[in-house]
Amino acid sequence: MVDITLQVNGAVHAGSVEARTTLADFLRDDLDLTGTHVGCEHGVCGACTVIVDGRAVRSCLMLAVQAAGSEVTTVEGLAPDGSLGTLQQAMWDAHSFQCGFCTPGFVMQATAFLSAHPDAGEREIREALSGNICRCTGYQSIIDGVLLAAQRSREG
Amino acid sequence: MKLPYVEYEAPVTVAEAVDLLAEYQDEASVLAGGQSLIPLLALRLARPAVLIDINGLRELSGISVTDGQVAIGATTREYMAEESETVAGTVPLLAAALPLIGHEAIRSRGTIGGSLAHGDPAAELPAVARALDAEFLVRSTSGDRVVPAAEWFEGYLATSRRGDEILVEVRFPVAGPDTGAAFEEVARRHGDFAIVGLAAQLTLTDGVISDARLAFSGLADVPVRAVDAEELLVGERPSTELFEEAARLATAGIEPPADLHGSSEYRKKIAATLVRRGLRAAADSAHERQ
Repeated sequence: MVDITLQVNGAVHAGSVEARTTLADFLRDDLDLTGTHVGCEHGVCGACTVIVDGRAVRSCLMLAVQAAGSEVTTVEGLAPDGSLGTLQQAMWDAHSFQCGFCTPGFVMQATAFLSAHPDAGEREIREALSGNICRCTGYQSIIDGVLLAAQRSREG
Repeated sequence: MKLPYVEYEAPVTVAEAVDLLAEYQDEASVLAGGQSLIPLLALRLARPAVLIDINGLRELSGISVTDGQVAIGATTREYMAEESETVAGTVPLLAAALPLIGHEAIRSRGTIGGSLAHGDPAAELPAVARALDAEFLVRSTSGDRVVPAAEWFEGYLATSRRGDEILVEVRFPVAGPDTGAAFEEVARRHGDFAIVGLAAQLTLTDGVISDARLAFSGLADVPVRAVDAEELLVGERPSTELFEEAARLATAGIEPPADLHGSSEYRKKIAATLVRRGLRAAADSAHERQ
């Protein structure tokens, strides 16, 4: 077991993990942050996407030990006081999701992307989200939600 | 699946990493960005006894230019190279290929050295390295050696790196202002492994092609250089007819593998189309850079 300390959603957490424990499993099983979903467990579906040190990463393709000393943001960190952020509200309003399994991955990927590219258009957003799989919606409503969020952010 | 039990070492210097590799040799897998190795562990396609995590080796991360070469440290992440003005200005072919690797979240973690040491013949970076005759600096307890790209890729996921060696850096030649490049590929979805990809680079001297580089991904168990087509192009002026003939020559002798994504004949047809597109785009890019 390896002792690690990291920041998750602004709070410092310490834990003891096996080297083979992925960041996704550490967040879910050790920290009880089950908002991060685990789909394929080999980096294909994007459901487990979280933000590590400002960049979107697949938490099933990163070991928990590798996150020691990092700042991690999960979907729980986007609405700490229970009120939805701009992106979450826009996706709600656009009926972006159906079953909700892929939702945290899309939301975290879109959060990272919009913070780096606030003026992105539809094409860039489609490309940025191309690594996340949704089996319900056909994607159009998800793109609509992200575009709406980008528009609302620009309009302040 | 969950990852299998594995021992874990996290050296903080290259010297420590090399000592660990000397101890464990083929029992160890080197963990760089993990975007290929962790799936292999999850699927039980790799079963190392120990992971040697080199993410803490800060001396292996960085991009520098010396003597006409751009040296990229093995653990330099793909997004760093993608955002690097040095790479954009000096290795246009690499700059063209980087945005096509996986998805944004993959490039956040994936490393230049990791992709090249993994040696997937369907990936972008091996074709770029082969096209540009990149050099690979590897280190072991018995010293350094430099391996040319032509000798680096030995087969499917197989390179000439020995079990006791670590990839330190990869060196790409600096392209002059009269050089243009393009990476073209056909994939089912953006970010997927391409069915076939092509790294293309042309250098124009007074409007005449003085150097041509073409290397395919996805056509064999290693990246494939199209030497006959390159020889045809040198000394000629860019034209539709010339690029047509280059496409014919580049694909004349190839027998690509068939799988559920495409038959051998389909891959061959894509390859020819990519040569025409890639050469046109490389010629246009050379004009723009002049």
